[in-house]
Amino acid sequence: MEHETPPAGCPGHDEARRTFLKQSSLLTALALAPGAVVRAAETEFDEKVAAAFEKVSLKLDVNGVKHKLSVEPRTTLLDLLREQLHLTGTKKGCDYGQCGACTVHVDGKRVNSCLTLAVMQDGKKITTIEGLAEGDKLHPMQEAFIKHDGFQCGYCTPGQIMSAVACIREGHADSEGEIKEYMSGNICRCGAYPNIVAAIQEVKNGGQKV
Amino acid sequence: MNPFQYVRATKAKAAIDARAGDATSQFIAGGTNLLDLMKRGVMTPQRLIDINKLPFDKIERQSNGLRIGALALNSTTAEDKQVLERAPLLAQALNAGASAQLRNMATVGGNMLQRTRCSYFYDPAMPCNKREPGSGCGALEGYNRMHAIFGFSDKCIAVHPSDMSVALVALDAAVLVSGPKGERRLAFGDLHRLPGDEPQRDTNLEAGELITAVEVPDSPFTKHVHYLKVRERASYAFALVSVAAALSLDGNTIKDARLAMGGVAHKPWRLTEAEKSLIGKPATEATFQEAARVAMQGAKAFKHNQYKLKLAPNAIVQALKNAAAVS
Ligand SMILES: Cc1cc2nc3c(=O)[nH]c(=O)nc-3n(C[C@H](O)[C@H](O)[C@H](O)COP(=O)(O)OP(=O)(O)OC[C@H]3O[C@@H](n4cnc5c(N)ncnc54)[C@H](O)[C@@H]3O)c2cc1C
Ligand code: SF4
Ligand code: FES
Ligand code: FES
Repeated sequence: MEHETPPAGCPGHDEARRTFLKQSSLLTALALAPGAVVRAAETEFDEKVAAAFEKVSLKLDVNGVKHKLSVEPRTTLLDLLREQLHLTGTKKGCDYGQCGACTVHVDGKRVNSCLTLAVMQDGKKITTIEGLAEGDKLHPMQEAFIKHDGFQCGYCTPGQIMSAVACIREGHADSEGEIKEYMSGNICRCGAYPNIVAAIQEVKNGGQKV
Repeated sequence: MNPFQYVRATKAKAAIDARAGDATSQFIAGGTNLLDLMKRGVMTPQRLIDINKLPFDKIERQSNGLRIGALALNSTTAEDKQVLERAPLLAQALNAGASAQLRNMATVGGNMLQRTRCSYFYDPAMPCNKREPGSGCGALEGYNRMHAIFGFSDKCIAVHPSDMSVALVALDAAVLVSGPKGERRLAFGDLHRLPGDEPQRDTNLEAGELITAVEVPDSPFTKHVHYLKVRERASYAFALVSVAAALSLDGNTIKDARLAMGGVAHKPWRLTEAEKSLIGKPATEATFQEAARVAMQGAKAFKHNQYKLKLAPNAIVQALKNAAAVS
């Protein structure tokens, strides 16, 4: 079906979109299930019912700023941050959950923003690398990465730092071995691992509030 | 990703009815497997039913065990005090899976229903009976290093990739399911199925059935347990072979035992006969070697996974040694 739909902005898009919506949300649903079942079911969904190409409204607190947004259901949290909010500190390495470059905090927990839909985060509090420093004052983990040369090309670094902060907050930075295990979700192609571990140990042992 | 309709369920019944009435829909929990597959065009649901608002995330103590909600996160479950106390094997298996970030997203229900990592299944350009019934099995005559040594068919030789499920089958867990026809309870060993002629079906769940919780009964396996995962790097990789081993010891005598393997079959592979061979015996290497021998009966390898015929019994012996703390 999507192959027949011209992309947004192209002639014919809206018409194709309307046809798609009719077919997907009404006709097929009604054809496959008794009408009453579908209606009963639909009323027990909350207001978040978004058709395929229809934009859905969404509220997010990103780095302390409240946003009212509108996204297509298939937009990942990562794409929303980078392309709509222009917070390009969060990186796209693999887009499949395999590298950790896209790590952000959602309600305080570190997650891979490439493997979650933005709509699924409605009402949540997101912290990205841009939200870690306080004004001009770098976060202790950012300072430690600089001090210990915790990077080379820097592409994995925002994800490493977000993960490292969470690693300490979770209580998983008690030894070198534990740090390595709990930081394994962040791949560094430049191989800055020993320096990353040293940076985390310094922050942890320094007892600063992270 | 293909475009899709998105609905968020606030009542289980709404989610179940919507899924049962529309074969092109899928539930989404953490999304870490489903979205991965959707990005690659392996799965193309027309509608996603978000179940994250349903009240199934509690971990509760019951009279005879633990009840873990299907939406409990892998990380929360692995660190839960009661899980650590009563089912440490489950905590070990969870922590051996994926990464800290993924475990913060992945749910218990989603974990057991994650799909195989067979690379032919993952590539829509390749033949795969699981993805496209009748198209052939690319792995059978292809590159089958990661594939099964037990329970396969000529239609599919894939393995189930979940670590958590290996511990759950060893611990005699049960899955609570709510569906269009009401509720039912499945022994964990009956959740997943062997491929047979229908490799497209991973489990015995019916259309619209929603997993609400998993029950882990109390057991004597709280101390001498070990989840051993052999993989190509020390962390953040799927198992080549994994072993869940649990012993109940009286001095040096094995009173009861549980053993299951991952990475060897289309479902988490319980080793009942090997368990029987352990009971009443001393916890020694010789006993464990014998159990491994029994466990491997009937194993058959393909061109590139011959190594599993050696790796698997060695892993069984090592896991049992670690569980018993025999050096
Ligand atoms: C890079 C990477 C590495 C990984 N490494 C490992 C590893 O080493 N070991 C391991 O075990 N796993 C590993 N995983 C897999 C991970 O554990 C799974 O992706 C995760 O557990 C799936 O849970 P989820 O909640 O995100 O499921 P989802 O992706 O939301 O759902 C998966 C499937 O289950 C269905 N579903 C979800 N919940 C329910 C429910 N309650 N009732 C009925 N159906 C439901 C969905 O419809 C979907 O079909 C890895 C994943 C990635 C991306
Ligand atoms: S082993 Fe199974 S999943 Fe892999 S290609 Fe063959 S049919 Fe597909
Ligand atoms: S971009 Fe998300 S894990 Fe690689
Ligand atoms: S610094 Fe280059 S990838 Fe890590």
